[in-house]
Amino acid sequence: MPRTPLEPRFQVDYLSILDADGNLDESLEPDIPPDDLRRMYRGMLLGRRLDERMLRLQRQGRIGTFAPIKGQEASQIGSVVTLTKNDWMVPSFRETAAMLWRGWPIESLLSFFAGYLEGGQPGPDQHDLPITIPVATQLPHAVGLAYAAQYRDDDVVVLGYFGDGATSEGDFHEALNFAGVWHVPVVFLCQNNQWAISVPLKKQTHSRTIAQKALAYGFPGIQVDGNDVLAVYAATREAVDRARAGDGPTLLECVTYRLAMHTTADDPTKYRSEEEVREWERKDPMTRFGAYLKQKNILVEGLEREVDEEIAAAIRRFEAMPPPDPLRMFEHVYAERSAGLAEQREELARCLENRGGASTLEERPTSPPMRGQRSERWQS
Amino acid sequence: MAKLNLVKALNLALLQEMERDEDVVIIGEDVGVDGGVFRVTDDLHRKFGGKRVIDSPLAEAAIIGTSVGMALYGLKPICEIQFSGFAFQCFHQIENHAARYRLRSQGRFHVPMVIRMPYGGGVRALEHHTESEEQFYAAIPGLKMVIPSGPRNGRALLVSAIRDPDPVVFFESKALYHAAKEDVPDEIEAMPIGQAQIARDGRDLTIVAYGAMVRVAKEAAETLSAEDGVEAEIVDLLTVSPLDRETLAKSVERTGRAVIVHEAARSFGPGAEIAASIMERAFLSLEAPIARVTGYDVPFVGFARERAHVPDVGRVIAAARATLAY
Repeated sequence: MPRTPLEPRFQVDYLSILDADGNLDESLEPDIPPDDLRRMYRGMLLGRRLDERMLRLQRQGRIGTFAPIKGQEASQIGSVVTLTKNDWMVPSFRETAAMLWRGWPIESLLSFFAGYLEGGQPGPDQHDLPITIPVATQLPHAVGLAYAAQYRDDDVVVLGYFGDGATSEGDFHEALNFAGVWHVPVVFLCQNNQWAISVPLKKQTHSRTIAQKALAYGFPGIQVDGNDVLAVYAATREAVDRARAGDGPTLLECVTYRLAMHTTADDPTKYRSEEEVREWERKDPMTRFGAYLKQKNILVEGLEREVDEEIAAAIRRFEAMPPPDPLRMFEHVYAERSAGLAEQREELARCLENRGGASTLEERPTSPPMRGQRSERWQS
Repeated sequence: MAKLNLVKALNLALLQEMERDEDVVIIGEDVGVDGGVFRVTDDLHRKFGGKRVIDSPLAEAAIIGTSVGMALYGLKPICEIQFSGFAFQCFHQIENHAARYRLRSQGRFHVPMVIRMPYGGGVRALEHHTESEEQFYAAIPGLKMVIPSGPRNGRALLVSAIRDPDPVVFFESKALYHAAKEDVPDEIEAMPIGQAQIARDGRDLTIVAYGAMVRVAKEAAETLSAEDGVEAEIVDLLTVSPLDRETLAKSVERTGRAVIVHEAARSFGPGAEIAASIMERAFLSLEAPIARVTGYDVPFVGFARERAHVPDVGRVIAAARATLAY
């Protein structure tokens, strides 16, 4: 018996439509109406400007640590815009732009990163899960949502976000395996930003691509220029349409770059070179999309000011929030509070009373320097 | 009314809840065609099909993780983890997510799911097939931890667990699966979660037990009555968490003495919390130190030594006599 190659022979595509130098492949250019292109650019800009503003708020101690998205705006906006309101979005913890697009108020995100439970509450009609912090553990939830939607015959697609580091976790592989076996309408979107805190991709996986991991689970994977919003859009559109048509899951690998730190608690100069960062700054997703829109004459003047004003107004609302009532921690533990928990609530209420009727035990601003954060930076 | 063992009684609860609520689905390893390795889901796959009785791939974290997703969407998944010893591979999904989504989303979402697991000794099985790990789940805020002691309360508590809007970890004693049969009513019966029961009245001593240890406590109580003229009251917890502290305190206020029996290891086990709770509420009633009869603080013993490890009638009687003689 000779060894025979098995069919099918697998293939992974790489998709790029608008490159870093502004070259456009017109044959692949997606047909997006000008209004939508404008809204997409605005979504990316809002994500970028809020990110920059949050970094200052964090340095001033007005919010706690958070994970900046700078550089990943195209991966997020290009993908999230393909969802309907009825579809579900499952974020990890670095999806600020995608969450804003889905309707999370800026002040919710700010209060979340300022340590308020309130910031994790999605709106009553919002089909989004709250931020999940343990890496990759949200992906089985995305598959379960998709299974339930399919079970009820609902017209729903689920989009789950994660990073390159997540692809080493067991939950990633289990989620993809279940999704493949169940053939559910889910799209796995990996923002491969090259770094899992200080660990580069080559130490994370020996695979040539992350996209190819889908093939082992029996569904397609595609690698996309994650800084090219048109390519991300086109690939996600195709994956979402496939899922909606009942053709099962897709894994999308958006090759992008985290231009800032992992979170505000680390210093990337310790583990990567300035040359590398400069090389990726040249590929900034905002620059090439901005130039593309300018060429089409659909960029409006004053957009940055408008976005900045929106952010400033949200910060004012955030800072006008009442102080965190400690007793709120006892809400939403169970549907019905147990006797033991009711006793503990009374205990804390008495404790507050004994401190002169304090309505909070916290001071604002609340953020101490985080582990690994250089103290001189904290002081500056 | 039919005479059923625990396996059949649990099967009846699953069947009837699936008949009355289309949102109830079952997921686990071998729960479908095979009916589960202990046959608790027997025949349900044939009745309800593979979409509702899901033979999942062999991966505990995704069984729980996808069930969390289904529950967030509005289904009521019942997961079977084949043995509680394998649940550490999904512990993060239980602790990080099932128990927390209600709080994390500030009430926007909740996770109505049941996580069934066979636990405990008594079936002469290998490592990871005989341990008792209820203390881990009882310690997690946001979860409920239920352990029935017989067919009738097992069926009624499983019905309540399925209808509960919050996640319930439901331990089933392997030693009880095929032990005694009880009359179980044909019509659906539910029992409140969070309430202990007095399984035997007595005035001299309180024995606190749950699951398979209730049977051991009852035998010990009968011997104490016959040989010592001592009447032990037995509190069957039924729910380990949230703990029914009031029933415990009231019993010890009557008896003045308490012996706690569980299979789980002693240190930081449920007995510690139960003892602290009795001490906080019934300190002045106590006539003797609270005694604990438990599994020893060893990782596992192998079934050739299991009888020396799992509390038996003799150890409970000895502890009761020492407490009474104090």
